[in-house]
Amino acid sequence: MSATEAELAEFRSDVSAWMADNKPADPGFLLPQTFMEVGDERQLEFLREWQHKVWSAGYLGMAWPKEYGGGGVEPVFQNIADQEMRRHDVPICFNVIGLGWAGPLINDIGTEQEKSKYLKGILSAEDIWCQGFSEPEHGSDLGNAQTRAVRDGDEYVLNGQKIWTTMGNFAKYMILLARTNPEAQRKYDGLSFFLSPMDVPGVETRPIRKITGEYGFTETFFTDARIPADCLMGEEGQGWSIAMQTLQYERGAEAGAAGGLAMVRVTVEDMVEGLEGVERDGAPVLEDPLVRDQLVQAIMDEKALVLSVRRTGIAHLTSDYPGALPLSNKLRASELTRRMRQLAINLQGGEGALYVGDDTARQGGFWQRAYFNSFSATIGGGTSQIQANIVAEHVLGLPK
Amino acid sequence: MNLVGNTDLAFSEEQAMLMDVAREFCRDKSPIAAVRDQLETDTGFDAALWQEMAGLGWSGIALPESVGGSGLGVGALVPVVEAMGRAMLGTPLINTALAAQLILRSGSSGQVERLLPPLVEGGIATLALLDNGDWGADGLALRLGEDAVLTGSKRFVGDAGVADIVVASASRGGDAVLVVLEAEQLAGRLRPNTLIDQTRRAADIDFTGVQVEAANIIAGDRVAAALRDVRLCGALLVAAEATGSAAACLDTIVEYLKTRKQFGKLIGSYQALKHPTVDILTGMEDARSFVYHAATLLGEDNLDRDAEVACRMAKAQASAILSYAGDRAVQFHGGMGFTYECDAQLYIRRAQWTQQAFGDAQHHRKRLAALLLD
Repeated sequence: MSATEAELAEFRSDVSAWMADNKPADPGFLLPQTFMEVGDERQLEFLREWQHKVWSAGYLGMAWPKEYGGGGVEPVFQNIADQEMRRHDVPICFNVIGLGWAGPLINDIGTEQEKSKYLKGILSAEDIWCQGFSEPEHGSDLGNAQTRAVRDGDEYVLNGQKIWTTMGNFAKYMILLARTNPEAQRKYDGLSFFLSPMDVPGVETRPIRKITGEYGFTETFFTDARIPADCLMGEEGQGWSIAMQTLQYERGAEAGAAGGLAMVRVTVEDMVEGLEGVERDGAPVLEDPLVRDQLVQAIMDEKALVLSVRRTGIAHLTSDYPGALPLSNKLRASELTRRMRQLAINLQGGEGALYVGDDTARQGGFWQRAYFNSFSATIGGGTSQIQANIVAEHVLGLPK
Repeated sequence: MNLVGNTDLAFSEEQAMLMDVAREFCRDKSPIAAVRDQLETDTGFDAALWQEMAGLGWSGIALPESVGGSGLGVGALVPVVEAMGRAMLGTPLINTALAAQLILRSGSSGQVERLLPPLVEGGIATLALLDNGDWGADGLALRLGEDAVLTGSKRFVGDAGVADIVVASASRGGDAVLVVLEAEQLAGRLRPNTLIDQTRRAADIDFTGVQVEAANIIAGDRVAAALRDVRLCGALLVAAEATGSAAACLDTIVEYLKTRKQFGKLIGSYQALKHPTVDILTGMEDARSFVYHAATLLGEDNLDRDAEVACRMAKAQASAILSYAGDRAVQFHGGMGFTYECDAQLYIRRAQWTQQAFGDAQHHRKRLAALLLD
């Protein structure tokens, strides 16, 4: 039975009140804006405690089955909870690979045993998950992954290297894409998908220091690491299709994701508000005609992106170039974010030269750090240049 | 503060129907060869085709049923104009529609009932707003004396040579007024412009000494607001047309990139050409989003702040992306692109006309800054 409007409204006001009461105080250090920025234990424990609290209150995994720690209600409730989290600007639910990738996958195609073993720990933040797709030699070309998994009795033996493993040093489990059959005719058919433990001998992680000076990713090395054979998801050779299936959960709770804020949204409005008190030529920076023009262009870019999402549902306005809007969305959104954050620094005048750690840095150096971190989205998940190739080839039909 | 603000976007059954019909009509009646046939004619369009368009009811889409129109508003004209832009079909539709809006939004009921029905039937009207090349000026240098005689001139009046009536902005004792002149009154007073976009026609008009009939003077409080609204509607319609032209330009580029070989490879495989082509696609899609967002917000009443923001963004984006598309179309066609024979010239010329019409991108962004940041 569907929830009534009145029930939903009442639920919204409950969540809103809870968020207002429970929003954590400023911890006194910069919090990660995305799950890819959890660099130290201090941040980790803060976010672990927050996610646990949100789940305990019943506002995370609301549409997941009750027997595995979920709420067993319709996805619409989770959407409302997420909206209220965004509105109250609370911290992120950081166990994103678990909540949005591994969890929904296990829910969809996992065995009873896998569901019992993994789902609750994902929601409670007890078990942190990471993702092992990218490799040093195959950044944007996932299908070419070379990390080997060789069956040996009731185990698989892993050898190889992954890179850009988010929270690899904190994670208990990894969703791993590894090659079980190097002889397969199509490179994709030789790949298999594993729910792989991180705490076994032969798995080592080495944190990567980012341009921000902080951590958040690791390199992960597999040297004759042995994992139980039942870590395999599906059949051998289904790795690519299962990996692709994990991508569809990005569409939110309806698609199976647990919910929770995955990232702190930073808008052009935040940038403009952040310029309060900055002067240029002895007057407020917002009075400078050239600055105003740049800000208008940034506002237009952001508005166009919102409108393009709205337009996606209108067949008459999307049929000329099918796929143009969804396929270019990541490219446009990540590039806009990068440009906007760089602009935010450039408009600070002399203060633009300061960085996190300087007490006088504007907003603690928020924009400087955010600008550097924005490259994780223009590079990760297929660089902007690869994204542009995809649009050119798949939407416009240009030759490879 | 909410800078992104209103993001409503709706598309009505009527708009969908009009888009389907207009697309098909333009595809059938305005192949690129037909467009080229009109480049050097006096009027720039096929009179029989114009009558067919009037027969389809396009001149009356945005006019009320009381004068014979369909009462669908300016927003419903957007898909039609976009389709025309896609086919590079030049006719007096935009100018006629805008002149009619000026009369509708400020004229007396008598003026509306007398002047608008002929326009629904295929009559041609245009509007004379500019005293010079400055779209940022109020356009009121033309004087209407107490004796109802005009002093001054207007520039760049579109379709002036074929218009049955010209609606001009003027001032009388410091107040904004509109004057409606009939074609016979303007005989011998037109100096045709040679436009960069050969699908269009325009002329400068010298009004000095012309006597305006009392019934053809529109005065009162509503004139200034109507002028403001119609400039915004003009920006939107030109933006819609430009968005269609940018899509056609994109298709022309893509077709060439898929067939032209150099050094043994299709040139479309080179990223140096691929990536700017994707920029044209996404920029055109953005323009389209703004255009239909603006169309959603237009009503019969005076344009509110959200509608003004939307129209200005639509024009700023559409003229910028068409300029980029036309410019790259010439470059990517190589030596061929430098010839008159290549269709790239049609788009780069259309782009440079579009840039200035109803204010260029900087003009609108400057006003957006005031609307959004102050």
